[in-house]
Amino acid sequence: MRVSATRNDDRGAHLEIHGLRKDFGSQRVLRGVDLKVSPGEFLVVIGRSGCGKSTLLRLIAGLEVPTAGELFINGRPVRGLNPETRIVFQDARLLPWKRVIDNVGIGLQGKWRSRAEQALAQVGLVGRERDWPGVLSGGQRQRVALARALASEPRLLLLDEPLGALDALTRIEMQRLIEGIWQEQQFTALLITHDVEEAVALADRVVLIEDGVISMDVDVPLARPRKRGDPAFAALVDEILSRVLGEERTGNVTVFAVPERHESPPHNEQRRNRGLSL
Amino acid sequence: MKVPRAAHSFFNRGLPWLLPILAIGAWQILSDVGVLSSKILPAPTDVLKAAWHLTQTGELIQNILISFRRAVMGLLIGGSVGFMLGLLNGMSLLAEKFFDTSVQMIRNIPHLAMIPLVILWFGIGEEAKVFLVALGVLFPVYVNTLHGLRSVDAGLIEMGRVYGLRSWSLFWTVILPGALPSILVGIRFALGIMWLSLIVAETIASDSGIGYMAMNAREFMQTDVVVLSILLYALLGKLADVIARWLERLSLQWHPNYQNV
Repeated sequence: MRVSATRNDDRGAHLEIHGLRKDFGSQRVLRGVDLKVSPGEFLVVIGRSGCGKSTLLRLIAGLEVPTAGELFINGRPVRGLNPETRIVFQDARLLPWKRVIDNVGIGLQGKWRSRAEQALAQVGLVGRERDWPGVLSGGQRQRVALARALASEPRLLLLDEPLGALDALTRIEMQRLIEGIWQEQQFTALLITHDVEEAVALADRVVLIEDGVISMDVDVPLARPRKRGDPAFAALVDEILSRVLGEERTGNVTVFAVPERHESPPHNEQRRNRGLSL
Repeated sequence: MKVPRAAHSFFNRGLPWLLPILAIGAWQILSDVGVLSSKILPAPTDVLKAAWHLTQTGELIQNILISFRRAVMGLLIGGSVGFMLGLLNGMSLLAEKFFDTSVQMIRNIPHLAMIPLVILWFGIGEEAKVFLVALGVLFPVYVNTLHGLRSVDAGLIEMGRVYGLRSWSLFWTVILPGALPSILVGIRFALGIMWLSLIVAETIASDSGIGYMAMNAREFMQTDVVVLSILLYALLGKLADVIARWLERLSLQWHPNYQNV
């Protein structure tokens, strides 16, 4: 499908999905998804609310059982939860009755404390070990959640819109943090977002899910670290955004103008006030 | 609101006791000037004298200890049964289907209505009192344990599973701590019911304990002892509440409501 930048095959998991279908009752959420993710690749899945992208992530994590089709991680079929896969949820999901360090150590065996401390250092939260989650800001909570995921050294990290609830500045900061850790640890990353700019900033490859199938699959050939002001960056964001909104490409249109330029786009209410988001 | 330290300390510790102290002061004055007859309500000093007298004969301490023992036994038995039943029904849908209807039916019988039957079963011995207290505290603990377990954040349970927690570790790490605030509310309710049940049981059918002391004193027109008994219940009730709050604060340190208190 694509040639990923050469990465260490021992670290990142190889993910392969064939004809994946998921129904909830009579509702077809995913209707035949085929996807291959190379070890160490950073894949970003975008799509509108309710397109099935979260369901895809939950299927990969083993939290849901597919109606039809198969998933393989490193050649082994996915049957239920997998210790090599970790999720960072949108709402950090820290246990409020455990201190930061104990939250990071959840599920670790043996000498967990040093690993938890190391993970906290990676996300820049040294010195907050004894804090209760209740006193942390939204961004800090998400950092703890990220540290918790990293502490068990996953080979596949699933990120379910982890930055969706953060303010714009914290979001960019977190994107840089995630990118840096991913480059260092070389796990396979799958990020779900509805922020096209975030997708282009982080992805090796962007996949769009529409009506339960993959309707777009583009590589992001930009060098890292990526600059948002870069014309190539803006052009790619624009291209993907136009595709997502189901429009013909309109040339060098500034990204922010896209939602307002059309009188009666479909699903108008979803796009209101969101700028780049869908 | 900024308050100076000394005033702040009074605000926290002194203020809650101001009203009881004023009430007792007014009561003393009204008794002294003769507005309150000692047959209706003896002066606080008379109540203190009665307390002193009963302490010297050993009767007071003995009756307090007997009542206290009954209360604690009933609470432990009823509380554990309620907790276990709540746990069972909270963790297993099958168990809830099987038990809950019966539990709800029994719960709606005022447990004090059982007194005639309880006297027939156990006479007026210890078992009768402990049984009534246990029956009374069982239900608030049961209902709140069940509710607590049911309202644990499903997202946190899912997170626990994704991060490798299974059955017991999931229960100890996520489910029980999540249900704890509600369980503690149940225990505080239970403490109130515990004293109520004990007072009624001791007043109606007993040959020892604070309630018995009060009923006995009534026969001899010792109003001061009757009032003393009532005040004792008030103090013991307050003591139980203080212990419950202390437990809450200890186990809910993480909770924003209990921080920096």
